[in-house]
Amino acid sequence: MKTGRPARVGQYAALLAYLVFLAFPFLWLVSTAFKPPRELGSLHPTWIPKDPTLDNFRQAFDEQPLLHAALNSLLAALAAAVVAVLVATPMAYVVARRRTRLAKAVTGWVVVSQAFPFVLLIIPLFLVLKNLRLINSVPGLVLVYVVWALPFALWMLAGYVRAVPPELEEAAAVDGAGRIRTLVSVTAPLLAPGIVATGLFAFITAWNEFFFALVLLKTPEKQTLPVVLTHFIGAEGVADLGPLAAAAFLATLPSLVVFALIQRRITGGMLTGAVKS
Amino acid sequence: MTPVTEAASPSPLPPPSPPSSSRWRAGRRPGEDRPRGAVGGHGAWFLVLPALIPILVLSAGPLLYGILLAFTDAQSGRTAPTQWIGGLNFRDLLHDTLFWESFRVGLVWAVGVTVPQFLLALGLALLLDQNLRLRWLARALAIIPWAMPEVVVGIMWRLVYNPDAGILNETLRDLGLGGGRDWLSGLATALPAVIVVGVWAGMPQTTVALLAGLQNTPRELHEAAAVDGAGAWRRFRTVTWPALKPIALAITALNLIWNFNSFALVYVLTNGGPGGRTRLPMLFAYEEAFRYGQFGYAAAMGCVMVAVISIALAVFLAGRLRGGDDT
Repeated sequence: MKTGRPARVGQYAALLAYLVFLAFPFLWLVSTAFKPPRELGSLHPTWIPKDPTLDNFRQAFDEQPLLHAALNSLLAALAAAVVAVLVATPMAYVVARRRTRLAKAVTGWVVVSQAFPFVLLIIPLFLVLKNLRLINSVPGLVLVYVVWALPFALWMLAGYVRAVPPELEEAAAVDGAGRIRTLVSVTAPLLAPGIVATGLFAFITAWNEFFFALVLLKTPEKQTLPVVLTHFIGAEGVADLGPLAAAAFLATLPSLVVFALIQRRITGGMLTGAVKS
Repeated sequence: MTPVTEAASPSPLPPPSPPSSSRWRAGRRPGEDRPRGAVGGHGAWFLVLPALIPILVLSAGPLLYGILLAFTDAQSGRTAPTQWIGGLNFRDLLHDTLFWESFRVGLVWAVGVTVPQFLLALGLALLLDQNLRLRWLARALAIIPWAMPEVVVGIMWRLVYNPDAGILNETLRDLGLGGGRDWLSGLATALPAVIVVGVWAGMPQTTVALLAGLQNTPRELHEAAAVDGAGAWRRFRTVTWPALKPIALAITALNLIWNFNSFALVYVLTNGGPGGRTRLPMLFAYEEAFRYGQFGYAAAMGCVMVAVISIALAVFLAGRLRGGDDT
């Protein structure tokens, strides 16, 4: 494509503006996390801490049970991701391979489920979980997360299944492999990367989730990381900025790392979804 | 975080409606699902059940239960049995000026976030579709808002907006534009300030969805139009936009819904303050349900939110689809 020189300059200027807009809040968070209290109180904050310190991190761990909260988050997210993928993969397979009303109903549900305000879902869930004595417990939260992650997991996995040519399965069947054998030794290996990506995405979604955790977890020793983070902000909205920034920075790292690993695959899955179905 | 993949849905969204259980039953009528192909009839059942049961028990069921609750006086921690009160909750809502004010804030927020989000994302997607250097950097940076917990996004922007130690006021002071503004607690600035955060937080998903759409537009058509002397704007209108439109509509509709239902960002940024200026309907319903224990009333709010969103979306999509035929 031919593009004139002035147009190119304009494009780079626009791209640069986008880069600054996307990056600056995060850079500021990192900068704040490493600043000593004296610099945080100064009226002329700088981008690069003059006197970088790790005190904020120490103080953050002293003030709130961050490690425990991270453990709760890890358990909830891991369990939710594993269960969601285990449950969703077989259904996604059926949805992708057979054009039935069930497939249409599932697709419809995936779309419709995006429109519920959570409040309409959480009040009944709260009452149901209370009757099951699963309020203020991580297993109860995991149940909610599984259902919450399902629409997305189904959608992604169905896309990955469609990318596996049915001819491969038919060929295996012609060669005398049974149905189970075909699924295990032909389909599963081809599907594995997609399953891992979907699981990791479900993991991040659960790790980041706030609303359900806020409603369902009452005592600090049960709460997940996002809920505990809000405790750094006092009743009057006053916060100890340094430890707050330090804790927020740490809570983000797992999401960023995992997401960086799977981003291409998520985008790719979306493309195949758009083209194939 | 809400997944964006649904945006790739190739067909325009149907107007959202609560899933009816009859639809599910219809989907599984035995006569429809003749065993064929690699998955047999009974095999299919066993494959589907593990996902179907949690969906029915923990999603579709509670949703219907929630709608029923809206017609009761259910309260938290009350010993007297819950009673049917018909449409009383809805009558009360009709006269609840605080709720309608919150509803107005919710609409301003949803539109105020969705429209700039779309325009900015479209710009970025068009740039990323070009052969520019630094593309990898933009892709990498776009991960940040997408992957971050919403709570952290809120905390981060509180640091940016902080009246003393925040970078925004410092930059304004450096530019000689005055300073000392308390963005998040000023009556006039609070809503615009949280809207900026909403735009920032949702831009990557929208960009990726639009980029996916752009990469599906026919290159040859684009080049042919260029050869014919069509300018950039004309090429965009006649070649790019028609190809992009289904995805653009789908992602915009989803963004509207997600934004109208959003909670965590504003909860952390302002908790609805100052004076209710940023109290989104979700915040209002959350307080009603879990601070004051008015489950029935809050469920009625949820119902009104679903109804209004459904109508708005139906109008939006119908209008857009009809308007689209002439281009």
